[in-house]
Amino acid sequence: MSIANLPLWAALPAALLLVCSGLLTLLGSLGLLRLKSFDARIHAPTMGNTLGAGCVLLASMLTSSALAERLVIHELLITVFILISSPVTTMLLMRAAIFRPRD
Amino acid sequence: MNAILPWTIHFALACFALAMICALIRLLRGPAAQDRILALDTLYINGMLSILMLGISSGSTLYFDIALLIALFGFVGSTAMAKFLLRGEVIEP
Repeated sequence: MSIANLPLWAALPAALLLVCSGLLTLLGSLGLLRLKSFDARIHAPTMGNTLGAGCVLLASMLTSSALAERLVIHELLITVFILISSPVTTMLLMRAAIFRPRD
Repeated sequence: MNAILPWTIHFALACFALAMICALIRLLRGPAAQDRILALDTLYINGMLSILMLGISSGSTLYFDIALLIALFGFVGSTAMAKFLLRGEVIEP
């Protein structure tokens, strides 16, 4: 059984999640490119980092569970790791931006 | 039967490629060093998502390990660079 003949109950939510995640990530990176100052720019990619990655991992869980015909949840590991590590990086970067001398 | 999932995989891959190009432009012309680190952070997340997308389309579990490793080492790299900007050294004695 391949990806092209998944049952519809798995293919439709996965497709919806993938479209959502692509648009969210693209929007976040566009914000990273377009916004004016660093303080505004640090907000934009967090949308792609958390919500986009979460949608992709949920879709991956759904399709691999439907392919293997049992519950496959090892993608949860990446989700938890990103959920832990992304705020740490953002916090350190913001502290660095605050304490660095402006030039 | 239903070809909706391969099409959406291609759509999302195109979105991630565009997002990586945006992050790359910000990485190349960012005015300060913290902009470049933020762009690098976005870049590795987008690359990891593209690899997960390839994993969905091929149905193999090999891509999952690659994505996990990219997430791990990307986090270590970003944190080390942010720490270097913050304090002037990465590992303090």
